[in-house]
Amino acid sequence: MSDQGPVPAGTPQVKSLNCPNCGAGLTLRTFGQAVTVVCGGCHSILDAQDPRLRILQTFQAATREDPPRIPLGTRGTIRGTKYEAIGFQRRSIRVDGVSYSWHEYVLFNPYQGFRYLTEYNGHWNDTSTLRSLPTLSRGGNTLTYLGETYQHFQTANAATNFVLGEFPWQVRVGESAEVSDYVSPPRVISRETTGKEVTWSMGEYISGRDLWKAFQLPGEPPAPRGVFENQPSPLSANVRTTWEMVAVLLTLLVALAVLVYATARDEPVFEDSYSYNTNGAGDASFVTDMFELKGHTSNVVLTTRANVNNNWIYLNYALINQDTGHAYDFGREVSYYHGYDADGSWSEGGQKDSVTVPAVEPGHYYLRIEPESDPRHGSIDYTVALRRDVPQVGFFWLGGLLLLIPALLITWRSMNFEHLRWAESDYGGAPEGSLLSTVENAVTSVKDSIAREDE
Amino acid sequence: MTQPTANCPNCGAKITFRWSASVQTVCEYCKSILVRTDLDLKKVGQVADLPPNSSPIQLRTEGVYGPHTFVAGGRIIYEYDQGNWNEWHLMMNNGTSGWLSDAQDEYVVTFAAPGRTLPKQCRVGQQYTWDKETYMVATITKAHYRGVEGELPFQYWNKIDVVFVDLMSEAGKFATIDYGDEDPVLYLGESVPFDSLKLKNLRAFEGWS
Repeated sequence: MSDQGPVPAGTPQVKSLNCPNCGAGLTLRTFGQAVTVVCGGCHSILDAQDPRLRILQTFQAATREDPPRIPLGTRGTIRGTKYEAIGFQRRSIRVDGVSYSWHEYVLFNPYQGFRYLTEYNGHWNDTSTLRSLPTLSRGGNTLTYLGETYQHFQTANAATNFVLGEFPWQVRVGESAEVSDYVSPPRVISRETTGKEVTWSMGEYISGRDLWKAFQLPGEPPAPRGVFENQPSPLSANVRTTWEMVAVLLTLLVALAVLVYATARDEPVFEDSYSYNTNGAGDASFVTDMFELKGHTSNVVLTTRANVNNNWIYLNYALINQDTGHAYDFGREVSYYHGYDADGSWSEGGQKDSVTVPAVEPGHYYLRIEPESDPRHGSIDYTVALRRDVPQVGFFWLGGLLLLIPALLITWRSMNFEHLRWAESDYGGAPEGSLLSTVENAVTSVKDSIAREDE
Repeated sequence: MTQPTANCPNCGAKITFRWSASVQTVCEYCKSILVRTDLDLKKVGQVADLPPNSSPIQLRTEGVYGPHTFVAGGRIIYEYDQGNWNEWHLMMNNGTSGWLSDAQDEYVVTFAAPGRTLPKQCRVGQQYTWDKETYMVATITKAHYRGVEGELPFQYWNKIDVVFVDLMSEAGKFATIDYGDEDPVLYLGESVPFDSLKLKNLRAFEGWS
């Protein structure tokens, strides 16, 4: 009796059966793990645990009404594990009278079990059930899971409209579950409530392109439309690195500015006062005493002060290098006008003018000055002063501004992305208290105050 | 370690106990349920045909849990509305017994936790605290005893319906209350990723290597 030895457990086989309703061929790919299997020919939902495949429900659908993008039976590697697509369903929610549908794929590996893929408007999520309970906040607006906070996005009633293949649960067309989504891109945690049972799952955003590669599907995945609830912002990482880079560069810029200030000579090299008689005739030009410009090649700032009062003086300057004969020619005007009219007092110009002559080599120099003005304005007194190697701050301000522009631009674009994400939520906008909602409120109040001023 | 052996009182086949604390085993040849007495083995029942099994685990599958290695020495098979599942009896190398359940390839390792106060009955959503861990009732499953295989640390046969209450904690801990006997039994443990058990001697599936 014991000669035959123990009966081996045997290798589980993929089963090919026929639909008891229409006779079409059915493949059972889960070695008995599936609870229901759906015939693609006649849309009968069958009891996969029953050897005779008892019919549980039939539903109306056109032939090939909703062909799965990932055909059932296709295998692909997700996070290092090979899975086979075995089930497919379409579910939908109604918001303000509009129906939104998405697709869910059941994936199976005989050792690792079940995993899911969801697709909405070309946005994909790799989903698996949670092994521990998330902590809901008191108000229910956020939840915490593994130290991460998730924002409530939407709660809706999801109804099943179309099913195909195998499912590890009692699937029926027409049944619905309350689904709440909590997001922390690129992840989303969903709570599904059917009757008294609550199921938690976590999805992670995955690009269609990566899935097409994983499952070796022909062609291109459908292009994603809009911004999805847990789609990672392509900019949020950039925003951070951009601001970090800007901070580093601004620090360098400030350090450079401090260095320039600390090492600049900033010394007076020449100053003298003159008087120009506008009533005089002939050439008024003259040359100054010689002065020395020391140090390395750097700028010279020439300041002209004149006691003009409702008149002007124009000075033709030439800064001449005595050693080489090289001359820097430039003209400056000092004019100051003021008075009263119907609107009150007004003034224009001033009694002082400054100009920077950049990159002047060291050496011995003198100035040639030729004043001009309207004749018969009496005598105009003026002072000419020269400073050597004056630190220039304008460049640093400009540099700082140029650095900020791309950072602000990228931040603005990132905020627009978040705005589009949250526009689809139950709240129609960013969650209260978030940075985005604070900025949006500020922008709105500024717009309002501008509108009020215009009235 | 010498493994105690005896002969099947029904068919005479050699019966080897791989675990000295085993109380019950099933003859691999004639499927008689055998219970150890002080002197010999007594046949107490007969296992009917077992349902098709889709678990990747089988008798003598080896693995690691925490600091200990284990061998799956026996199992209890239950049926429920999602199919059937196994409670694998893990014979740990420190001499204790653990349980590995594999319902729909979701793996949970538990150990009997006697001496805790247990509710007479409970509802989904209720919370209980044992060993400073708070658990929430996630599912209540009415299961149907379907059969046994291999070595078990207690006598278990001829059962009919068993109610299991599964509880989860926020830290990923798992608890099961077995209402099969007059006095409920608590098992505490955790849900484990398949890879973490480092299982060897698994079954093969057609088309999957």
